[in-house]
Amino acid sequence: MESTTGRKQRLSQTVQHIKPSGIRRFFDMASTMEDVISLGVGEPDFVTPWNVREASILSMERGYTAYTANAGMLELRKEIARYLEDRFDTPYNPESEIVVTVGASEAIDIAVRAIVDPGEEVIVVEPSFVSYAPIVSLAGGVPVSVQTKKENGFKLTPAELKEAITPKTKAVIVCFPNNPTGTILEESELLELSAVIKEHDLMVISDEIYAELSYDTKHYSFPKIEGMKDRTILISGFSKAFAMTGWRVGYVCAPEDISAAMLKIHQYTMMCASTLAQFGALEALRDGQDDVKRMVISYRQRRNYMIEAFKEIGLDCHVPGGAFYLFPSIQNTGLNSEEFAEQLLKEEQVAVVPGSVFGEGGEGYVRCSYATSMDSLKTAVSRIERFLSKRKAAQ
Amino acid sequence: MDHKELEILHLLEGNARLDIETIAKMTEMTIDEVEQIIQKLEDENIILNYSTVIDWSQVRRYEGVTAMIDVKVTPQRGVGFDEVAERIHRFPEVKALYLMSGAYDLSVTIEAGRMTEIARFVSEKLSALDSVISTTTHFQLKTYKHDGVVFGEKREGDKRIVVSP
Repeated sequence: MESTTGRKQRLSQTVQHIKPSGIRRFFDMASTMEDVISLGVGEPDFVTPWNVREASILSMERGYTAYTANAGMLELRKEIARYLEDRFDTPYNPESEIVVTVGASEAIDIAVRAIVDPGEEVIVVEPSFVSYAPIVSLAGGVPVSVQTKKENGFKLTPAELKEAITPKTKAVIVCFPNNPTGTILEESELLELSAVIKEHDLMVISDEIYAELSYDTKHYSFPKIEGMKDRTILISGFSKAFAMTGWRVGYVCAPEDISAAMLKIHQYTMMCASTLAQFGALEALRDGQDDVKRMVISYRQRRNYMIEAFKEIGLDCHVPGGAFYLFPSIQNTGLNSEEFAEQLLKEEQVAVVPGSVFGEGGEGYVRCSYATSMDSLKTAVSRIERFLSKRKAAQ
Repeated sequence: MDHKELEILHLLEGNARLDIETIAKMTEMTIDEVEQIIQKLEDENIILNYSTVIDWSQVRRYEGVTAMIDVKVTPQRGVGFDEVAERIHRFPEVKALYLMSGAYDLSVTIEAGRMTEIARFVSEKLSALDSVISTTTHFQLKTYKHDGVVFGEKREGDKRIVVSP
């Protein structure tokens, strides 16, 4: 029988140093319970529009079951280029600046690996999606976290960014509209940040997967800022806007040299994104904007409803301009975010995600996804209200 | 029509039971504002009714038949099809009536308890109208989808995992 130490040694040091995602524990707890209303889901509640599913089925019927070009079907890359230029005014060359990836997740990975050498620092703006820092570590880089603050609406300020920069800093990873805070950045704010980025000769990895889900203003893309396109790796995909999470298809756009470097990693690790998913994505771009509009209206209405409902039950919450999350403060309950989420789940069967899993700046908050039915949202609000009043009575 | 009115129309068309308070929260309007808009839309005959989609085939011992009748008529000078249309829609068993382009003029949807009632309606009431030239009756056998709602589909619930990043 092998000793436990022997077991341990066969795992790489790098992997051992990576913390398991805090979300995992919650998932295990919630998935064993019945009658759970989940506000913990980080994906749309819509099923992929039928025309997209149908196009993918048709591609299989016609026998398109082989590999595509490493960078993805040229037809699809051309549509991505057209879409990005039409929607966000960010032109990219489909021949040399776009790689179709296995979800935006792979895009983050190859972006980091393409530009980071061991020991180099990458600034990760938190609270944020959970995979940035681990991906930097896996690439041998050093993640340096910057915590955005509620008093700034969870926006990254130039001062916060400056403070985190050292001579070893290579890049900064940002995600706006943000998961989990729903915060967006406006043009003027991007301009200010860009000045710092240029001054220190940094790269930006801009995860704009929630770009379509902007409710009050039109999304402003990082590479649209003058002089930033050459410093930006733009990440997006089909999961959130087109309700295609399970398809695992996204894309990454960057200047030619970086695209070529990413493509090198992608071709050795992934070969290409799933062909049938690429056909679905192609249809989504060609004939999917009406569905996107319909879904965005529905998210916005639910966001508005939840902001008001949380206000009424005394949950303090900033107004998120995008994504499908509310990030209310739970500090006046006297509980930390993990205790709050765990007790809420056990007592009222409502799943929310503790803010702390998204970075230390998320402590004191919980992420509530409103991508679920109005009926469920209403029930969830009344259960949370009951939970809060019990806590108040106990205080 | 402004976007607020349109938004309320879309919400109510999807779910007529949405209460005013919820609509107000969803649309960033006040309760008063929503009430006024709905009142206005009702007064202007834009909102005509709040109805419910029911799958009667699931109701035990419910016997009902629906037929769609293609009707050819002679339009009349001055009033076109409107006068005969009015004569037809006055019958309470007529659930829907449309003027169509193509091979026939009016499409009449009629609901009744038994097939014989529909036969009687067609032969005694509809065909008896002076301007009706011919009728073709089609009986509905099964409803798959009505008013955008799929019938007979099992509710499978949420297919997503409970918690995800």
